[in-house]
Amino acid sequence: MQTKKMTFNHRWLPYLLLAPQVIITIIFFIWPASQALYQSLLRQDAFGFRTTFVWFDNFQRLFVDDLYVNSLKVTLIFAVGTTLLSMSVALLFAVMVNKMIRSRDAYTTFLVWPYAVAPAIAGVLWWFIFNPSIGILPYALDMFGINWNHRSNGDQAMLLVIIAAAWKQISYNFLFFLAGLQSVPHSLIEAAAIDGAGRVKRFWTIVFPLLSPITFFLMVVNVVYAMFDTFGVIHATTEGGPAQATNILVYKVYRDGFVGMNLGSSAAQSVILMAIVVVLTVIQFRFIERRVNY
Amino acid sequence: MVENNRWGNILAHTILIFGVALVVFPVYVAIIASTHPSGTFLRGTIPLLPGGEAWENYKTVMFEGRSRAGTPPISLMLWNSFVMAMAITIGKLSISLLSAFAIVYFRFPFRLFFFWIIFLTLMLPVEVRIVPTFQVVADLGMLNSFAGLSIPLIASATATFLFRQFFMTIPEEMLEASRVDGAGPFKFFKDILLPLSITNIAALFVIMFIYGWNQYLWPLLITTDPNYYTIVMGIQRMVTGGDSEPLWHLVMATVVLAALPPVLVILFMQRLFVKGLTETEK
Repeated sequence: MQTKKMTFNHRWLPYLLLAPQVIITIIFFIWPASQALYQSLLRQDAFGFRTTFVWFDNFQRLFVDDLYVNSLKVTLIFAVGTTLLSMSVALLFAVMVNKMIRSRDAYTTFLVWPYAVAPAIAGVLWWFIFNPSIGILPYALDMFGINWNHRSNGDQAMLLVIIAAAWKQISYNFLFFLAGLQSVPHSLIEAAAIDGAGRVKRFWTIVFPLLSPITFFLMVVNVVYAMFDTFGVIHATTEGGPAQATNILVYKVYRDGFVGMNLGSSAAQSVILMAIVVVLTVIQFRFIERRVNY
Repeated sequence: MVENNRWGNILAHTILIFGVALVVFPVYVAIIASTHPSGTFLRGTIPLLPGGEAWENYKTVMFEGRSRAGTPPISLMLWNSFVMAMAITIGKLSISLLSAFAIVYFRFPFRLFFFWIIFLTLMLPVEVRIVPTFQVVADLGMLNSFAGLSIPLIASATATFLFRQFFMTIPEEMLEASRVDGAGPFKFFKDILLPLSITNIAALFVIMFIYGWNQYLWPLLITTDPNYYTIVMGIQRMVTGGDSEPLWHLVMATVVLAALPPVLVILFMQRLFVKGLTETEK
């Protein structure tokens, strides 16, 4: 790793400068993470009297546990649903806004602020709108003969949390897509237009392929968001229910650790989640390096 | 020349106006709901036009709270959120500036090792290692305190990386010139690096303030004393706190107040926000 050619010479000053960050990192990141690794190999009995070392038994149990396998499935559906929904809506908005000249900034302002809304609040907002007894959408859906009740219908509960999570993420995707669209060379589009390609064809054969690096980047970011930052959406609304239908992995770690007090299993789940984050981060960084080097 | 299609533009505007309406809708409904008396919600659906109780509702949540459900007045929660968000933001910025300075402008043993330790934090979000982190904070006696709310969230690899990247783009001559003029590390940091980084600091400030304000799981775990409740987690207590239907008009007034500060930050500092967002993530 490079430094400046000319640097300061000092025996202890650099360590002093690094100390605050490194100390906090060790106490609140590395130590807890290693604790999770260690605890994932232990099992406590029901009363917490005895702790035995069980090797990878906690992990083995997880993968034959129906609840955990279900949670994996739920997380997958949730992450894919949120990513697809928010990215496609954001791309549509970005393409439309990119056409505008005078009104571009005004539309952008209207579309970026949901980023500031906390996931928990986004959840409560949509929960209110979809509230089976007083909500406005169930009332409207009722006219089409659809009976909305996310308290008993698992699929509807899933749809609710996907909408809430995707809504908040639209602004983020929108900003990146817009930036990407603005960097598409205008000459390419003009050349295609001269060759007789229509709007739709120009978009799918020129603009969209040029956006693919950004699309890929956003996919990773959105999956990370859906998997790890949406705890609030779930906790403030469905609390994992009904019948485990929205019990995503992050929520399950919390539930098993703090409500169920099953520390060994919760730690094993933490370790699995950490592995997923590491893989996703590495993918993301690979991508950034490629983009910088071209 | 690209054709200028009049109908295409009208279609685009229609889609966008519809889209904006869709994005604004949940918040509109919340604002409307917060202006109605409680009786409105017993009658069926949510109204779509404002009612006349706005002042009453906001006064109630701000200064009285729901004493029966054990939640303090919102004004206190807003203050707690503000203190936590500011502490996280300022803390993150200061320790990241210092460590980026050390990594770029000094050569010392184990430099790479420290860099990797900081890098690891990027891979370990709180949600993932929640139980052991809680245990550490509990062992240190930091439950129910602002220190416990903010310090564990302060370490940030992203800010350190961003400042490192930025410092690398500062010309070598800056340091040479100040060394010739006899400036030591502190003077160089204070009089050259800080003023040059001010835009980056401001952009990160916006992003991190929003991050800090919107913390949910962490305050939920480590505060049992209502005097330390932050507003974003307080809402959850209000929604699920009672055994009957939540008092929607008060919940929505709280929701509006909780979302307002970060939304205002984005609206007034949009340029900095976009800069911060695109640069921290790219």
